[in-house]
Amino acid sequence: MKNLFFKLQSYPLAWIVLVACLIALTISALSPYFLTVNNFSNLMKQVSIVAILAAGQSIVIISGGIDLSVGSVLALTAVTIGWLVQNGVSPEIATVCGVAVGTFAGFLNGVIIAKGKIPPFIATLGMLGIARGVALVITGGVSYQVLTPLFLFIGNGKLFGLPIPIYFVIVAYAATHFMLSRSKFGRHVYAIGGDESVSRLEGINVDGRKIAIYALSGFFSAVAAVVMVGRLASTPPNVAFGIELQAIAAVIIGGISFAGGRGIVLTSFVGALIMAMITNGLNILGVSSFWQQVLIGIVIIAAVWVDNIKSARRR
Amino acid sequence: MPNQTPLVRMENISKHFGGIQALTDVSVELFAGEVVGILGHNGAGKSTLIKILSGAEQADSGRIFIGGEAADIQNPNDARSYGIETIYQELALCGNLDAPSNLFMGRETESLGLLNKSYMRSETDSILAKLGIKIKSLDVEVENLSGGQRQSIAIGRAVYFQARILIMDEPTAALGMEETKLVIDLIQELKKSGIGIFWISHDIHDIYSFTDRVAILKGGRNVVTCATQACSQEEIVSMIISGIPAPSLLKDRPMAAAANTA
Ligand SMILES: Nc1ncnc2c1ncn2[C@@H]1O[C@H](COP(=O)(O)OP(=O)(O)O)[C@@H](O)[C@H]1O
Ligand SMILES: [Mg+2]
Repeated sequence: MKNLFFKLQSYPLAWIVLVACLIALTISALSPYFLTVNNFSNLMKQVSIVAILAAGQSIVIISGGIDLSVGSVLALTAVTIGWLVQNGVSPEIATVCGVAVGTFAGFLNGVIIAKGKIPPFIATLGMLGIARGVALVITGGVSYQVLTPLFLFIGNGKLFGLPIPIYFVIVAYAATHFMLSRSKFGRHVYAIGGDESVSRLEGINVDGRKIAIYALSGFFSAVAAVVMVGRLASTPPNVAFGIELQAIAAVIIGGISFAGGRGIVLTSFVGALIMAMITNGLNILGVSSFWQQVLIGIVIIAAVWVDNIKSARRR
Repeated sequence: MPNQTPLVRMENISKHFGGIQALTDVSVELFAGEVVGILGHNGAGKSTLIKILSGAEQADSGRIFIGGEAADIQNPNDARSYGIETIYQELALCGNLDAPSNLFMGRETESLGLLNKSYMRSETDSILAKLGIKIKSLDVEVENLSGGQRQSIAIGRAVYFQARILIMDEPTAALGMEETKLVIDLIQELKKSGIGIFWISHDIHDIYSFTDRVAILKGGRNVVTCATQACSQEEIVSMIISGIPAPSLLKDRPMAAAANTA
């Protein structure tokens, strides 16, 4: 039994999928509604935004950093889109501009971290305030309606029976997984997360890579914003408040090491799914949302505890 | 080897960190096919000197010549383009990556924009085989390998990328006897192929048997540079401690010693 446990540990994706299945089985044993197509589709819609953010956050965490600004950058992107649409710009162009703004905010994070030598926690904490503040300044605090066909389709449309946000998630994870495992950039992300000084001495352009990593995280926040605008059909500047903690939790629950240098991005999707299942399942079972927070907190600590067991075995 | 152009000549190198003067007017030379030991106590400036050559630090003043031509080394990639490969004290590899990833770090081969993993793996396999290095698996993270195996991978990397100048900063400090012998055997081979090697150490006993010359530093200054066999190990130890050239050297080679104490 103990051996099996350790064997599974060396296949992080199999391990976390197994955990997710056990949770799903437990909840469905308690409520038959949980495993219905309808609820599953709901769950997928709920998980999509955190999952997209968690993909970007995974890259950052594997590189040994952290991005606390993703929720605010999401809001800034959403507000940019809403404001442009409000002023008569076509939704497509507004989306492109919004994504550019979100990516630029991430790029600034990268420059501040790499060139300004400010720790990622501090730099992105600053950006958390700045991006949210700018979003409020642009709108004066009001929310714009965005009832255009493009966003209604993203929010409510289906393709081959699956909600559109799921396709965003699939593309985000496929692209990230491919990039991390097959590209030079991905290899450098792991190297920098493993040992930044060695990476530098071996001639990796660490500063350039960091700027790209945070710009990518900004880009994923902006993509999540597009899905969010579709789902809400509006752009409240306080949208996605505090969501960065959920994205980070998804990454950690999935099993990517907080110390950097290790992990597979696909586990972050499962991590996000586990959190959503707990929330959704406990809602179905009528457990109060207060208790849900307690449970998710326990799951996060348990995930890090399991990660510690793994690293203890490495030594 | 007086009439040859040195492979490396570092001339009057000075460097300070804040208020600490780490190096003052230090000069060293390295010829093809020789091993030069750089000796001194902890804090003597050995690592700083070789970091300047490998591009990890920049000198405040002084000049570097590679093959007789002035060289401009601003970063590790510049150094590599001059054929300088470095094995840093405890900073050689990323423990979380496997041997091929470490061997090709920063110089990964790609095909069609993607990592060419199978090529890098087979190249790693063949260079390690060529050097007679055995590691248990190319697919495990190198943190699972012994210190000697890790150091061998770093040496394999230098050889693979055709180092002309190899810098080793206390490469056997963390190794056992067997593993140390492995590394020394390896560099004897490299030496025969005409590579010049700087071997940094704080202990002459470790390097007396295989270095051709030693350059002794104290307090960031040259004490003396001499053929290893021109002095006994005891004399070298006392020069490391006192910073004063041994009398026997002053008698035989007034010029060399005078230049170094000036
Ligand atoms: N990055 C640095 N910052 C500040 N001081 C340094 C730095 N690197 C080296 N020094 C100082 O420079 C001097 C020479 O150090 P070093 O070259 O590492 O000596 P060695 O390798 O001979 O032990 C020491 O006094 C050391 O404290
Ligand atoms: Mg040193």
